[in-house]
Amino acid sequence: MSESQPQTIAPAEPGPAAPQPEPRRRFTAKSLLSGSVGRNLGLILALAALFVVGAITAGDRFTNIDNILVIIRLASIIGVISIGMTFVIIGGGIDLSVGSVMGLASVVATLSAIQAAAENSTWLVMVFTALAVGLAAGFLNGFVIAYGKVVAFMATLAMLVAARGLAEILANRTTQVVRIPEFIEFMNMDLLGIDMLIWIFVIVAVAGWILLNRTTFGRRTVAIGGNREAARLAGLAVRRHTMYLYALAGLTAGIAAVMILGRTTAGTSTHGTLYELDAIAAVVVGGTLLVGGRGTITGTVFGVLIFATLTNVFTQNNLSTSVQAVAKGVIIVIAVLLQQRFAGQGSKSH
Amino acid sequence: MSGISKSFAGVQALKNVDLEIVAGEVHCILGQNGAGKSTLIKTLAGAHAPDAGTIEWNGEEVTLHSPQAAIELGIATMYQELDVVDGLTIAENIFLGHELSVGGFLRAGEANSRTRRLLERLGHGDLSPSREVGTLSAANQQIVSMARALSHDTRLIIMDEPSAVLDGEEVKNLFRVVRELTADGIAVVYITHRLEEIREIGDRITVLKDGRSTANGLDVSETPTSELIRRMTGREVENVFPPATPVADDAPLALEVDGLSLDGVFHDVGFTVRAGEIVGLAGLVGSGRSEILETIYGARRATSGTVRANGRELRRGSVRDAVRAGIGLSPEERKSQGLLLDEPIFRNVTLSSFTRFARGGFVDERRERRIAAEQIDALELRPADPDRPARTLSGGNQQKILLARWLVNRTSVLLLDEPTRGVDVGARAEIYALIRRLAANGDAVVVVSSEIEEVLGLADTVLVVGDGRILTTVKSDQIDEHQVLDLVMKGTAA
Repeated sequence: MSESQPQTIAPAEPGPAAPQPEPRRRFTAKSLLSGSVGRNLGLILALAALFVVGAITAGDRFTNIDNILVIIRLASIIGVISIGMTFVIIGGGIDLSVGSVMGLASVVATLSAIQAAAENSTWLVMVFTALAVGLAAGFLNGFVIAYGKVVAFMATLAMLVAARGLAEILANRTTQVVRIPEFIEFMNMDLLGIDMLIWIFVIVAVAGWILLNRTTFGRRTVAIGGNREAARLAGLAVRRHTMYLYALAGLTAGIAAVMILGRTTAGTSTHGTLYELDAIAAVVVGGTLLVGGRGTITGTVFGVLIFATLTNVFTQNNLSTSVQAVAKGVIIVIAVLLQQRFAGQGSKSH
Repeated sequence: MSGISKSFAGVQALKNVDLEIVAGEVHCILGQNGAGKSTLIKTLAGAHAPDAGTIEWNGEEVTLHSPQAAIELGIATMYQELDVVDGLTIAENIFLGHELSVGGFLRAGEANSRTRRLLERLGHGDLSPSREVGTLSAANQQIVSMARALSHDTRLIIMDEPSAVLDGEEVKNLFRVVRELTADGIAVVYITHRLEEIREIGDRITVLKDGRSTANGLDVSETPTSELIRRMTGREVENVFPPATPVADDAPLALEVDGLSLDGVFHDVGFTVRAGEIVGLAGLVGSGRSEILETIYGARRATSGTVRANGRELRRGSVRDAVRAGIGLSPEERKSQGLLLDEPIFRNVTLSSFTRFARGGFVDERRERRIAAEQIDALELRPADPDRPARTLSGGNQQKILLARWLVNRTSVLLLDEPTRGVDVGARAEIYALIRRLAANGDAVVVVSSEIEEVLGLADTVLVVGDGRILTTVKSDQIDEHQVLDLVMKGTAA
C-alpha cells in the first residue's frame, strides 16, 4: 500500500465542502448502445418493421392517425396490466392471476349495491371499488407468497382459479350493465383528441417508469430480483417488499377493470380472460428477464405496442385470429432467444 | 509429473510443482486451503491443462487434454464434492457415462451384477445395486464414488479429502479399502489436511504451499510432524499483517453475545468485542463458525441467547434490527450472498443505505455516486468507476465493495466471514490493512476464516471453535497455529 492514500477511512457522511469530481457519464457509441436506446433498438426495429408491413399491405387504412390511435387504445388495457407485471417479474416473481382479478374487480364494481351507492353519491365509488378489489387480491397473493413461502406460480394460479370462480358466483354468470351515465361519459371522453383509455395507459406507464427508475421502491425491486439473499443480508425488508409488488400488480388489474368497464359498459366474470399471458408475453418481449433483476418499463410498453400492432395488421388484412396466434408465438420465442443471447454476454458464469 | 505450472486469470495457482507416484503406494498431498492441492489433482485428472511442465505415465510422456483421456489411462478421481446423481441407482451411477448396452438398450442385469462385485470388493456387499443413491448416507455415497472409480481399469485413484464427510468408524473402513487397493498394486493419491490420517495411512508425502511444492516424496515414518507443519505454513509471509493497535481495557463494549445457541449447530456461545478490537474465530469447516456470525446478524434465528450491539439488545432473527443497531455482515459467499453482480458498483455500495440518501422516496443517484466515489478512493477500489458492474471486478475489489457498503452505513460492528476467500495474495495484504484501519477507527470486528494463519495474524483475541462450542479464548500472541490445530482436533474428537 502506498503512503499517499488517506490513512483514515472516509466517514460515511461527507462534509458539504468536500469538492469531489462529479463522476461524469460518458456518451460514447458503446454507452449509447448499452443505454436505453440501444437496449430497445431491437424493439423499435421490430415495431417499425410491423408498420412497414402494415403500410404496404393495408395502405392508408393502416397508416391514418385514427388507426394508430385504435392500436394504442387496443394496447392500453393489457398495457396497464403489463406495467404491474413488469414490477413483479423484475422482482423475481410472476403473477398469473391479474386477468381474473380484473374480471372479479369488474364484477364487484358493477354489483347492484355498489351501483346504487354510486348513484346516490358519485361514480368514483365504482372506480374505488374496482381498485380496492384489485389491491386486496394482490395483497393476498403477496402475503401468501412472501410470508407463507408458497411459490409465486402456484399461489397466483390458485388466485386465478378462485377469483374467476368468485366472480361467477357474484355475477351469477350474468353480464352486469353499468347504469351510471357519468362514469361511461367520463371514460369515453376525448382529451385533446385522445381517448381516456390511452391517457390512463400513458399516466400508468409514466408513473411506473418513475417508480422503477427514480424511487427507493424501484431500487428495492431490482435488488430483490437480482439477488434476494444479498438484499436480505444488506438489511432490506425483502418479504414486505415482495408483498407490495403483488399488491401493485393487483392495483393495475383494478385499474384495467375500470378501463374495461368504460369500454364495454358492463362487468362480467369473463373480462380479462388470458390477459395474464398477454401481459407476461409483452413484458418478456420487452426485454425483462424472467429470472428477475433486470427489466424496463419502456421495453414493456414497446412489447405491448408490438402485439397490438400485429393484431391490427392482421385484422386490416382480414386474416384469422388463429394465424395471428401462431405469429405471436413465433415472436415470443424469437424474443426470448435474443434475450438469452444478450443475457449470456452479460454473465458468462451462468 | 514434473515442473507443473498453472495460472488462472493472472493468478498463479501452481508454480513448478513436482509429484512422483509409485505403484502401490499411498501418496499424501498436504497443504492449507489455497495451497494448490485441488488445482494439482485437477491437472492430474485431466480437468485442467497445465501451462507448463510434463506428465509421464509408466515412463511415457502423455497429455491429458480431458478427464476422459485420464480415465482411459487408468487415472480415476474422487472429488471432494460428491459427484453422484441422487435420482439414479447405485449401478446407474457407477456406469454413468460408460453404460453397458446392446444396440442402445441398457444391460441392467449385467450392470447390477458387476456393481455387486465392485461393492463386495469394497466391503459393502450389503448395498443393493438398484438402490437410489439419494437415500444413502454420505459415507455410502462415497463408496459409490469409489466403486465408480474402480469400474474402469484403474491404476491410480485420486481421493480429494475423502474423510471430510466421514465419522471415525467410516474412516477406518475407508483406510481398510485403501490398503486393499494398494495391495493390488493400485496407487492412491490421498489429499487431506488432517495430519493424523497421514500418519496412519500414508507412505510418502508431498507438501504444497502457495502453489509450490515445499517437500517432495518425504517418507512418512521418518518425518516429524513439526517439520510438516513448518513446511505447510512457512513463516515468510508474516509481515503481510499490519501491526495491531492496542485496545484500551476500558473501551466500550460494542458487541456482547451471551449464551447464543442454534439447535444442532452450536451451543452456548458467549463473547464480547470492544470498540477497536478484532476478534477472530478459528476452527475447521463445519465447526459452526459461519453459523455463529449469521446468527449474531439475525440471518438465522437463534434458539436461545442474546446479542447486544452498542448496549441495545437485538431482536432474534431480524437482519434489519441488526443493521439498524450498527452491525454489518460481509458474507462467506460474496457473489451469491453479497452482491448484485449486474448492478453498478455504486448501487452495490449503497445497497444498505440508499433509502437514507433518498428524498421523499426518490433515490438520489448523484449523491450515491459521489459517496461511492469517495469510498472507491479511500479503499483504493479498482477500477475506480462507480458505474462498472460488480461482476467485472476481482475478488479483492468485490470484497472492498462490501466493506464500503458498511462504511457508508456508519456500521460500528463488522462481521467478516472469509474476507479473503478468492482474493489473490497481493490484494489480501490490502484487505488486512483495511480491516486494521477500521479497527483503529474504533470499529469492532469479528473475523471468521478457515485460514488459521489469517485469524492469528489479524485478530487481537482468538476464539477457537470446535464442534459448535467455543473451546478457548486467548490473546492471539499467546497461541500459534500448531496449538490451534491441536485444540481443534482434540475438541472435535472429544
